Amino acid sequence: MANNSYTLQLSGLEPLIITPDSNFVNVGERTNVTGSRRFLRLIKEEKFEEALEVALDQVRGGAQILDINMDEGMLDGEKAMVHFLNLVQSEPEIARIPIMIDSSKWPIIEAGLKCVQGKCVVNSISLKEGEEAFIEHATKIKMYGAAVIVMAFDEEGQADNYEKRIRICERSYKILTEKVKFNPADIIFDPNIFPVATGMDEHKLNALDFFNATKWIKENLPGAKVSGGVSNVSFSFRGNDTVREAMHSVFLYHAIKAGMDMGIVNPAMLEVYDDIPKELLEKVEDVILNRTEGATEALLDYAETVKASGKKRVEDLSWRATDFRERLKHALVKGIIDYIEIDTEEARQHYDRPIQVIEEALMDGMNVVGDLFGAGKMFLPQVVKSARVMKKAVAYLLPFIEAEKSGEAEKKGKILLATVKGDVHDIGKNIVGVVLGCNNYDIVDLGVMVAPERILEEAEREQADIIGLSGLITPSLDEMVFLAKEMQRRGMKTPLLIGGATTSKIHTAVKIEPHYSNPVIHVLDASRSVPVVSSLLSDVRNDFVASIRSEYEMMRERHQSKRQIKKYLSIEEARQNKWETDWLNYAPPKPKMLGIKVFNQYSLDELQHYIDWTPFFSTWELHGKYPAIFEDEMVGTEAQKLFNDAQNMLQKIISENWIQANGIIGLFPANASGDDILIYKDDANKELLKTAHHLRQQNQKAAGQPNYCLADYIAPEESGQQDYIGGFAVTCGIGIEKKLKEFQEDHDDYSAILLKALADRLAEAFAERMHERVRKEFWGYAEEEQLENEMLIKEQYKGIRPAPGYPACPDHTEKTALFDLLSVTQNTGIELTDSFAMYPAASVSGWYFAHPESKYFSLGKIGKDQVEDYSTRKNMDVSTMERWLSPVLNYDE
Amino acid sequence: MRFPVFPNVDSKSKSFDMDIKEILKDRILVLDGAMGTMIQQYKLDEAAYRGEQFKDHPCSLKGNNDLLSLTQPDIIKEIHAAYLEAGADIIETNTFCSTAIAQADYGLEAAVYQLNYQSAKIAKEVAAIYTAKNPDKPRFVAGSIGPTNMTLSLSPDVNLPGFRSTTFDKLKDTYAEQVKGLIEGGVDLLLVETIFDTLNAKAALFAIQEYYAAHNVELPIMVSGTITDKSGRTLSGQTTEAFLISVKHAPIISIGLNCALGAKELRPYLQILDKNAPCLVSAHPNAGLPNEFGEYDETPEIMAEQIKEFLDLGLINIVGGCCGTTPAHIKAIADLAKNYQPRVSSQELSVEELV
Repeated sequence: MANNSYTLQLSGLEPLIITPDSNFVNVGERTNVTGSRRFLRLIKEEKFEEALEVALDQVRGGAQILDINMDEGMLDGEKAMVHFLNLVQSEPEIARIPIMIDSSKWPIIEAGLKCVQGKCVVNSISLKEGEEAFIEHATKIKMYGAAVIVMAFDEEGQADNYEKRIRICERSYKILTEKVKFNPADIIFDPNIFPVATGMDEHKLNALDFFNATKWIKENLPGAKVSGGVSNVSFSFRGNDTVREAMHSVFLYHAIKAGMDMGIVNPAMLEVYDDIPKELLEKVEDVILNRTEGATEALLDYAETVKASGKKRVEDLSWRATDFRERLKHALVKGIIDYIEIDTEEARQHYDRPIQVIEEALMDGMNVVGDLFGAGKMFLPQVVKSARVMKKAVAYLLPFIEAEKSGEAEKKGKILLATVKGDVHDIGKNIVGVVLGCNNYDIVDLGVMVAPERILEEAEREQADIIGLSGLITPSLDEMVFLAKEMQRRGMKTPLLIGGATTSKIHTAVKIEPHYSNPVIHVLDASRSVPVVSSLLSDVRNDFVASIRSEYEMMRERHQSKRQIKKYLSIEEARQNKWETDWLNYAPPKPKMLGIKVFNQYSLDELQHYIDWTPFFSTWELHGKYPAIFEDEMVGTEAQKLFNDAQNMLQKIISENWIQANGIIGLFPANASGDDILIYKDDANKELLKTAHHLRQQNQKAAGQPNYCLADYIAPEESGQQDYIGGFAVTCGIGIEKKLKEFQEDHDDYSAILLKALADRLAEAFAERMHERVRKEFWGYAEEEQLENEMLIKEQYKGIRPAPGYPACPDHTEKTALFDLLSVTQNTGIELTDSFAMYPAASVSGWYFAHPESKYFSLGKIGKDQVEDYSTRKNMDVSTMERWLSPVLNYDE
Repeated sequence: MRFPVFPNVDSKSKSFDMDIKEILKDRILVLDGAMGTMIQQYKLDEAAYRGEQFKDHPCSLKGNNDLLSLTQPDIIKEIHAAYLEAGADIIETNTFCSTAIAQADYGLEAAVYQLNYQSAKIAKEVAAIYTAKNPDKPRFVAGSIGPTNMTLSLSPDVNLPGFRSTTFDKLKDTYAEQVKGLIEGGVDLLLVETIFDTLNAKAALFAIQEYYAAHNVELPIMVSGTITDKSGRTLSGQTTEAFLISVKHAPIISIGLNCALGAKELRPYLQILDKNAPCLVSAHPNAGLPNEFGEYDETPEIMAEQIKEFLDLGLINIVGGCCGTTPAHIKAIADLAKNYQPRVSSQELSVEELV
């Protein structure tokens, strides 16, 4: 019992235990509107995010308790205190440490106590307003479960000498322990730190009296602690930081010797005692300890000589001086890879078993990363970089772990990920894998184009807790539906997550979820994957699943009712309302070149200038338009960092030929025949090379609005005009595997994802560049065109290049017509998968239309009559056709 | 040390020649098991939940288990009796959700006092019968105070981290109403349990202390937190030790852990409490972790085997069961616990010194 009563125990999310043997406890003081102008400004301007950063800096700077003060005349102190504390509670890195609720106004203190779950310190109460208020407040504080700082202040005023200090403290202590039954260990006295060297004789003993009072309190008031605001002591040397820092340090040195337990100190305003120049030290000690007559004058004279020497800033490597746990955490949070192996090795030597480095030191760091990401304080590129550091550390440890045969670190659950059959796109899926991996889930990634049987068999064999399916092209949606049905048939119970660019919550709700009686959840992006997975694997699962179910049910109902409202035309009526132009008065421009032209090993250097960067940032879940995104308050800094990394890699891609750009274009005579486009070998004899089939909008339009079909942009046979059409396929993914493998072996997901994202952008740039050259050179209908990249991105050119599988022509199977026409695979190496996805993934293909009024549109939903008609035209059976068109059907198959 | 005399407690049920704190010095006391799991077995329909009293209530009441204390008191008594028969020393009132906040879902805010009062009363009735049968093994009733469905430390909206769906004062008032009903209904002690947010618990403890001060009573208080997963933290993010530090200012006789985890998973956190708690330590874990169907399927034998570990290590003073446990589980635990000595605090505090 005896020991216990001397221990001050506080808590945030974690405990802070202060025993008589504890080192001096540093209270962070920058989150105080009376002490920090910057913090005051941030609070006044309601820039709470930045204000939180101030708190975070304090924690990272080593503060063990965070003092928060909102006492300012212009502020609604109660409201500011409550709001800021609520925010702090949501920030685990800050909420980790106990809070000191600092106010001279009781209502603000009480409001603050109602916001914090941990055991706080109240700063402060005193006998200033008499015993009654003192007892009332102390009783309340006890019921709220906080410790308290008691100022040496009574009805007559502040204690300014030794006798008054001890008299007031003793009286306060007696009232607290005897009348209020306050735990003596929870009482902290602030016996007033006042300035010295003010030039006034009565201030000479200020420091000494504090030391002596501290000593007396520690000897005579069992359990009580001593605290104080240190910077007051040097008040008369404002503007001379060299002297102030020395004074703080000297003061603390002696105060701690006298028994001071904690204090409010700005660590940046503190010199290391041993580093104080001898002469300065002596003069400061003369003043603090009042050792000589004329000490103040001597220090003032000396102060003149050291004024404004200034401090130099160097790269901050101070984190290298912390212990290995802190260093590992720092490296993980900041994504710094440079020292990770050295630090991991040091950690390994510290622990009995190498696995502990992962389970303890590294996971601590990754938990911080996970928390920050979850709170929106870290962004995807940072998290992926953290993962790179983590993987590197784990890879370093692996041989040691294997040598010991100790098995693996305990994981939170096993998640199986796969891009479905026929689809090759995996950037998003890989990001999800990295993010979940960071959060200590075991990831089994089956890669791309994974057959459904394999997904299900692996899931069962691996006993996966969750299956995540990804897909980018629309046929993948159908694969997902099929998988859900299969899982039901097999009687599986594993929750199914659906993600990828083409997937949506509504599709998941309407088309997938009804087929599987266990959870099916659409996950919008990587950042959502963690809360979804953790909910599914926790005891809130039932509630979570129930809420998703009811949400999807509602979406289905809404979808159903909406569909009934939307009016559709029959295909005949839609054709009656086709887009028309006066073909007789239109002279279709004849291409300068007819036939195909191959562009292999195209210059990447040329293509880089055509990159549209905005989608690149979206890939990383940084949303905003390039280049304005760099100014974005939230993501600007990270976007800039990511962009710099991307530029560095891009230059290497170009100079070291990491990937090869291959492409092909073709221009041919053509005429429309109904909704089809007949493509001929040459003008002279109209030998039919290929028929391209197109679909027509069927939703009822406003008056004057046509029901578009791409075939409308080509002169019909009956017009007698010879028109033309083009096609293209380009890739920037040839040879990418080699570099990806290198990154993979180096556990560098960040670079792997970066490379894939850049290859995608380059492929789009290639398509942009080829389209420009077609308009200006090969077809040549826009020789005069002068458009900046930005205008190209805004599609201000004449003509369009719609891609099969995308809104104007959503039928992916039409890619076969295009690929046959241009012999794409033989000429460029781009292949089509079972689902008509292109491999390499960084590929783009499409049609060229030159009509000046042609524009991009979205097909919308179509009716069964058109599907039947279309199947006949394509010579495919209706049900197969329906499967490929399933996302655009306005009816259930 | 004796209980003070409670002026407003039904004197018939107050046959205290025995003091729970004295008994706890000598032996481990057994808490009962799950109420919900037992109620499920009766397969009650809407009409059964409504009973006569609420037959015209405007919204559905099915699933409001606490209401059965009013509408089907015999069933609740039967369940209490089953646990007492199994060997439980302490039974919990059927009031886990009997706060205005939790009952708002059913539009029954107005019935909160009655729910608590009646639940306490019927539990006492059954306990008294068993005490009379064997006065050497007196039975106690703990007023169960649940966490409510609100949380004071977390925002329900991730985009508005500074937002809170309720306030400390509102929650405190809600708890005050429950505490009044429980104490006036005659409970022997209070159990603030399934604490996933320590600030909610602090509001409950504040309400209890205010009631005690105003009515000059002081029933023993048990506090029991919930560690949500293997991170070893509460839902609101506190470590077990931080949780202990945050609530031990209140005059509690015990601190413990319940729910969310099975006995096996709970052990490391009980060891933390054992090491640091100056008061008694309790545990009432679930019957294992939920299976794929969300059911708890650990058998009494398996659970008892894991509880045996607590006992071998001398970690606990009070032990029982939470979700998924049945009288069979409690019997297995009680049969085991009687062979063991209770935990002695490493802080070397006797029970008297605590209060």
